[in-house]
Amino acid sequence: MRRYIPNTDADREAMLKEIGASSVEALFADIPSDELLGRPLGLPASLSEPDLVALMKQLAAQNASADDLTYLLGAGCYSHYIPSVIDHVLTRSEFYTAYTPYQPELSQGTLQVMFEFQTMICQLTGMDVTNASMYDCSTAVAEAAMMAGRILRKRSKILICRTAHPEYRAVTKGYLARIGMDYEEVGFDTDGRIDRAELAGKLDDSVAGVIVQSPNFFGVIEEIAIVADAAHEAGALLIDAISEPLSLGILKPPGEQGADIVVGQAQSLGIPMSFGGPHLGFFACRQKFMRQMPGRLSGRTVDHDGRPGFVMTLATREQHIRRARATSNICTNHQLCALAAAVYMTLMGKEGMRELASLNLLKADYAKKQLAQRGMQPLFTGPTFNEFPVGLPRPAASVNEALLEKKIVGGLPLNRFYPEFDEKAMLVCFTEFSSAEAIDTFCEEVTR
Amino acid sequence: MANIRKEMEGLVLEEKLIFDRSRPGKKAYSLPKSDVPETPLNEMLPEGLLRDTIQDFPEVSEVDAVRHFTRLSTWNYGVDSGFYPLGSCTMKYNPKVNENMSRLPGFAQTHPYQGDDLSQGVLRLMFELSEYLGEIGGMHSVTLAPAAGAHGELTGMSIIRAHHERAGNPRSKVIVPDSAHGTNPATTATAGYAPIEIKSNERGCTDPRAVEALMDEQVAGIMLTNPNTLGLFEENIVEIARIVHSKGGLVYCDGANLNAVMGVARFGDLGVDVMHFNLHKTFATPHGGGGPGAGPVGVVEKLAPFLPIPTVEKNDNGYYLNYDRPLSIGQIIGFAGNFGVMIKAYCWIRSLGPDGIAAATKNAVLNANYILARLKGHYHLPFDRVCKHECVFSDAYQLKHGVTTMDIAKRLMDYGMHPPTNYFPLIVKDAIMIEPTESEDKASIDNYIDAMIAIANEAQADPDLVKSAPHKTKLSRLDEVQAARKPVLRWKKED
Amino acid sequence: MVPESFKYAKSHEWIDPATGKIGISDTAQDQLGDMVFVEFPEVGEEFSKGDRFGSVESVKAVSDCYLPVSGKIKMINDDLLAAPEIINHEPFENGWLVQIDIKDPAELDGLMDAAAYEKFVAEEAAKH
Repeated sequence: MRRYIPNTDADREAMLKEIGASSVEALFADIPSDELLGRPLGLPASLSEPDLVALMKQLAAQNASADDLTYLLGAGCYSHYIPSVIDHVLTRSEFYTAYTPYQPELSQGTLQVMFEFQTMICQLTGMDVTNASMYDCSTAVAEAAMMAGRILRKRSKILICRTAHPEYRAVTKGYLARIGMDYEEVGFDTDGRIDRAELAGKLDDSVAGVIVQSPNFFGVIEEIAIVADAAHEAGALLIDAISEPLSLGILKPPGEQGADIVVGQAQSLGIPMSFGGPHLGFFACRQKFMRQMPGRLSGRTVDHDGRPGFVMTLATREQHIRRARATSNICTNHQLCALAAAVYMTLMGKEGMRELASLNLLKADYAKKQLAQRGMQPLFTGPTFNEFPVGLPRPAASVNEALLEKKIVGGLPLNRFYPEFDEKAMLVCFTEFSSAEAIDTFCEEVTR
Repeated sequence: MANIRKEMEGLVLEEKLIFDRSRPGKKAYSLPKSDVPETPLNEMLPEGLLRDTIQDFPEVSEVDAVRHFTRLSTWNYGVDSGFYPLGSCTMKYNPKVNENMSRLPGFAQTHPYQGDDLSQGVLRLMFELSEYLGEIGGMHSVTLAPAAGAHGELTGMSIIRAHHERAGNPRSKVIVPDSAHGTNPATTATAGYAPIEIKSNERGCTDPRAVEALMDEQVAGIMLTNPNTLGLFEENIVEIARIVHSKGGLVYCDGANLNAVMGVARFGDLGVDVMHFNLHKTFATPHGGGGPGAGPVGVVEKLAPFLPIPTVEKNDNGYYLNYDRPLSIGQIIGFAGNFGVMIKAYCWIRSLGPDGIAAATKNAVLNANYILARLKGHYHLPFDRVCKHECVFSDAYQLKHGVTTMDIAKRLMDYGMHPPTNYFPLIVKDAIMIEPTESEDKASIDNYIDAMIAIANEAQADPDLVKSAPHKTKLSRLDEVQAARKPVLRWKKED
Repeated sequence: MVPESFKYAKSHEWIDPATGKIGISDTAQDQLGDMVFVEFPEVGEEFSKGDRFGSVESVKAVSDCYLPVSGKIKMINDDLLAAPEIINHEPFENGWLVQIDIKDPAELDGLMDAAAYEKFVAEEAAKH
């Protein structure tokens, strides 16, 4: 295994001589001999690069992929076109083989990308400030909930709508339980939106934050301003989660509707589905809460000679300085994914985001109409973006089996996460990849 | 010092913000034509839900976008640019084939909910990777879900919490040595524990007697890093584990420094109950300028039931994601973690094999000890003993001339090299922490050492030259005070 | 030189018994470096002696501030929001942090006077 380890035998010999050690093994003399492994690791023998490639291709071939199938599966992870430019930028190894930009003089590229990413997320969400990204939306929701608890120290409860992604809820519940905050869910109405009466009943002076997702897990667009008003009236913060940020190409941004914290999943913005990760979380808030935000921030400043540049800033919030009292234990972001999203937003631009969002909506709307013609209605009456649940005449699982024959990966059987629905309820998603032909095939199959 | 090969003579490109390239009417996108009937937007959605245009969002051509980001990339320094000896960060070479493999459509274009039947290759890779990591760490079971080292720590401490809760008392405190990564105390707090710090002894290690004095039934366990942040093997780890176990506590080992012992010793054999692996350090997946990484967690058998969901398991029908685990701490991230990162680590392990992995460790340790031997005398060495994968110096000699660790770091940039980690660990005043990894050969290291020695000489002969460094980078030292006093975290049109 | 009429705590806060103004000493600001932010309590909040009432931050460090005697926050120094560097330049004058209503003047007796504080600082410096 020499290709990644460049020392020669002669190098090793010369180095040992300088150190004054008899052998490399002697450098491990500080480990008591009975604590040494004393045998080779039980791992498969090393592979040449061609053999490795052959093995990996074989493994890759055992999976369905959006490369040759049409996916009508969304539910927080979306099949969108990724422009060629993105990977060409990502594979600039000055970006991908660099560490976190602790030395700003050698990291201006990463730091400026962070700053531009932060700006574009602010513009997209209508918020004042954002950080340089989070792991994903589920952990961003959890961090937002904890942040609400830090801002309103005397309140310890978080209300979250059941229409938020089930996995965001699961992750948040676990995070809150460990630090002793209370977690309570709020149900949904027949329009597929948060149940306002139930919310009103549960809002009291123990609630630090209300979490709503829009478009929510059912694809339904929430009336954020109304929920925000209710939360604010009770003295709580409104946290909005977004799993399909493409929707912001046409939908009114949460920042204009009273949201205090906005978190989201930016996988749709140029990041492959990759079996669910790595994706990209984003985290935005109002200016006044800036210092309670978790995560990395790039800020503009000047150098010694007065030239503009960027540094990581407000580091006193972070674990390496504040240690046990840090805003979070998080000490990285998903920078390379944030770079992908920054390139994506740059490429799409003002017009492209709007056009692509409209196209997604159009496809979903067409599907809705085609299904309605066959007597199938969405399960909820609320307006939706690019996905919605529909009641099928037969079990979702058997429909999906039939669809696979037609090179379509069907939607999500809803009762996987919502046992109150029967096995015929399916959450389906339509993107720019959903051709009219595929949509028609889907509609035919479900009624077959 | 004229024979030091300076690794940079500048060609510096200028580039403003992307917003400065923006002009109305420019486009960089191309969308498929709609093949469904046109419907006006306001017939599909109520007007009240719709936004105006995204104010001031970029409008550029594809050429503009490519030039912009390419030019920005030239202001960065990566492992592919040269030696990058950041201590505790393990900046080793990131093999290119691994990048290509993670982009195979059969991996990159898979959906997490597409079902086990349609994901057998993905699941087999995950299953085998967790087995490999278990073998390397001496751990019974491994979860691949955590997205980063700190996330792995939180997962591990949550497992410890779940274990104690099940035993009837979650306990309230966790022992953390003063040499720990800053993430350790932050993680204990996020896991609902109060960290109690213990001081390292005069050999730079954790003292078993100090652990014994603190250990009681309210202490959930200890968070150790081994080798510790001084690059020293915790020589009493077995004794410490015995003490902690005797009071019902558990031992967490931060695997950030696994590159020092992989294939030579296993934490599981030393009494460790829970550990995390940093795939982006030890297993050669790229750091990406700050993520994505992955921080899998290994546990001993009795803690396996508490691992987060889903786990990857195997039965007669093949591989499957198991969500049905009643004692699990639950889900810690969406879907099943950073699969794209796992692919690269899997490729690395398969490429190196058992011999290659042990060779990586040995070369990493040899390289670090060589640096220690050659720089000793030129820089103050607080703990003069054989080190593992990294060595820690300080600026004590140079400080006499007013030259600090920060100055030395910045001056290295003028030689075209990346500085070591500065001011960490905290237990060494003004630390200079150097981790070469196995990816460097003697010639590369010699050049670095020569530069370090040259800077030590400059500190005596011409301290101002060092104190005003860097001179050759695009920008000189940046004003962090201004950045923090009046934070500007986004561009606005009026700026 | 530290003001003669002030009282001092071991955590380097000063209090002016005449006005109830509280700040951090020249030694403390010097150790922390360039101030970038002050975290204030709310006016009207009550604290006991030794309670954390806020913090001061430099780029690389954050230091909690503790009330030297019990009291209620009467005023905070708004000027520091825009210009925290005043603490560096005038720690004992315009760099004051908060003003309190002293609850129990007897608690002042437990603090160091100027001479004792200067001796304490010298001893601390000798340790390092």
